[in-house]
Amino acid sequence: MTILTLAKALNEGMRKAMEDDSKVLVMGEDVGKLGGVFRVTDGLQKDFGEQRVIDTPLAESGIIGTAIGLALRGYRPVCEIQFDGFVFPAADQIITQLAKMPLRSLGKLRLPVVVRIPCGGGIGAVEHHSESPEAYFTHTAGLRVVACSNPADAYTMIQQAIRCEDPVIFFEPKRRYWEKAEVDVDSSGWIPFDEAKVVRQGTDVTLLAYGPMVKTCLEAAKAAEDDGRSLEVVDLRSLNPLDVSKITESVRRTGRCIVVHEAPVYNGFGAEIAARVTEECFYNLQSPVLRVGGPSTPYPPSRLEDHYLPDLDRVLHAVDRAFAF
Amino acid sequence: MTADASRGAEAPPELIQLLTPEGERVEHPDYDIDLTPEEVRGLYRDLTLVRRVDLEAVALQRQGELGLWASLLGQEAAQIGSGRALTEADMAFPTYREHGVAWCRGVDPINLLGLFRGVNHGGWDPAEHNFHLYTIVIGSQTLHAVGYAMGIQRDGAEAASIVYFGDGATSQGDVNEAFIWASVFNAPVVFFCQNNQWAISEPLEKQTRIPLYRRASGFGFPGVRVDGNDVFACLAVTRKALAEARSGQGPMLIEAFTYRMGAHTTSDDPTRYRVAAELEAWKLKDPIERVRAYMFKNQIADQEFFDAIDAEADELGRDVRKRCLELPDPEPLAIFDHVYAEQHSLMDAERAEFATYLEGFEA
Ligand SMILES: Cc1ncc(C[n+]2csc(CCOP(=O)(O)OP(=O)(O)O)c2C)c(N)n1
Repeated sequence: MTILTLAKALNEGMRKAMEDDSKVLVMGEDVGKLGGVFRVTDGLQKDFGEQRVIDTPLAESGIIGTAIGLALRGYRPVCEIQFDGFVFPAADQIITQLAKMPLRSLGKLRLPVVVRIPCGGGIGAVEHHSESPEAYFTHTAGLRVVACSNPADAYTMIQQAIRCEDPVIFFEPKRRYWEKAEVDVDSSGWIPFDEAKVVRQGTDVTLLAYGPMVKTCLEAAKAAEDDGRSLEVVDLRSLNPLDVSKITESVRRTGRCIVVHEAPVYNGFGAEIAARVTEECFYNLQSPVLRVGGPSTPYPPSRLEDHYLPDLDRVLHAVDRAFAF
Repeated sequence: MTADASRGAEAPPELIQLLTPEGERVEHPDYDIDLTPEEVRGLYRDLTLVRRVDLEAVALQRQGELGLWASLLGQEAAQIGSGRALTEADMAFPTYREHGVAWCRGVDPINLLGLFRGVNHGGWDPAEHNFHLYTIVIGSQTLHAVGYAMGIQRDGAEAASIVYFGDGATSQGDVNEAFIWASVFNAPVVFFCQNNQWAISEPLEKQTRIPLYRRASGFGFPGVRVDGNDVFACLAVTRKALAEARSGQGPMLIEAFTYRMGAHTTSDDPTRYRVAAELEAWKLKDPIERVRAYMFKNQIADQEFFDAIDAEADELGRDVRKRCLELPDPEPLAIFDHVYAEQHSLMDAERAEFATYLEGFEA
């Protein structure tokens, strides 16, 4: 076991994938000498060279578009989008090409491209640096969408994403980059790529979360203990596909369900989960599925982000509401 | 597999210069300019004051008062020269580093600090100053500037737009699309590229194999390279480009050849990718020192003048600092303000819900 930050765990995971498969490439803005603005690719260019760790021109559509071409030629590009808000210039290539080309070729073409996106807020950044764009991509058929929440998962999930034959949108919770935990870098620790995980067991309410909100939910669960409430926390990990059986299993046991994410609630990813849980667990539910997320406004200036982002209190407030039904 | 450098090589680019790094005035057949002593003193004052605001902002960031700051250090001449070439009716579209242009447009520096402190996303009225909001997404604003110019064209107005962007931005699709639009519609727009050699850690060679000003010819309009550390040249070249645009001659690309003296932003660490010698070489081309030398030599100002400007800069620095510390955090419910122009029921409902939630803590 090694203690690693989430950023370092991703770095080690990519390094392992690059060692295991010479077709794996890392590409993006500033990923070389600088090691990325978050240093997630730190040292990779030094060890694997400029042919495998490519500082690209400043053009996101170009990054994804050329990654598609490289993948068509048998490479496995891992693209870094510097910040969530800058994935939109690449959205055309991701949505119209990356997601659909395998289908168009009747399965003859495979596009094992990973698009890494540092996501979410909480770091006091300026505009466009704190977005939660997952719903755009979960809504796009043909993409796998995953979100890691801790170093151990990050280490495994990035390797799984790179090995996956499908395009993967890989969300990294940027405000958790510096948090440390034990990572078993020796074992493959392989888990099915689309499996959710119960990260805390409880009996009264199921909290469903992913990425940065997993930790927030764990803190809320701990705090709720004092009120004698037992909250179960499930880390979804994969948003598309969704591990519906793990979710419904938990909700059937607890009878209450709250989805927590940073993105605006309106038409957010939580809506999909709420609908699904309602369909499948209607007779087990003691209260409606509730959602906690950002307001339906653009991400605010950083001095307001503490109000925008769901915190422990907002989660507990929703728990109260669930019990009040 | 690095590209064969000789393939892109042509004659070395001509650099339009009117004032040497030593403060010598030189002539240029196409771009000469007559400046009164008063105007020269004004430019010197602008350069000095914006540098001071910038240094104060860096200091404030270091002390935790700003979340981030993008310093203009070294790029003052490009910004003041081009900014002072604008007439009131012209419209400027900046990126996030154009503090000097903002200064020329009369935007109170505290607004710039407010953005980087995180109290708002802009805050000034772009129409009041004809200075658009800062744009963080690289290259987006170039298309806005072209569209605005197309509007000017339709209105038959005596104006042009100017858009600022960096060397890295020239790689973006939007910027290339802006070049195409501007050219095809003969829009009155000046593309002002501050080539400061670096896009965060990536040197110019990672964006282009030809001098950037030559890109323009492929799109069908002229491009020039100007010494970006020479405020006279930047003023002269921009003035002419704007005049031509206003008189229906179409777009122009100006590449101001300059250097980013500091880090990309306060979160950056240039020691990881940049050698110190490069920085030292550019220090000798400082945009303010050369004007100062010129003024001394030509007795356009005496020590008293320089002392007075320094005192004014100190006062401005103090004032900006004080007002920055006094900037209040916005009210929580401000999250819901200004998202829509017209009444919006979802906003109303969410605002009310959030207000109730907040009241719960007061009880
Ligand atoms: C679309 C987009 N991608 C990435 C970024 C992150 N980023 C901010 S500034 C920058 C470098 C910009 O370089 P350049 O255009 O040369 O301007 P400079 O800051 O050097 O003046 C990058 C990559 C961004 N803001 N927008």
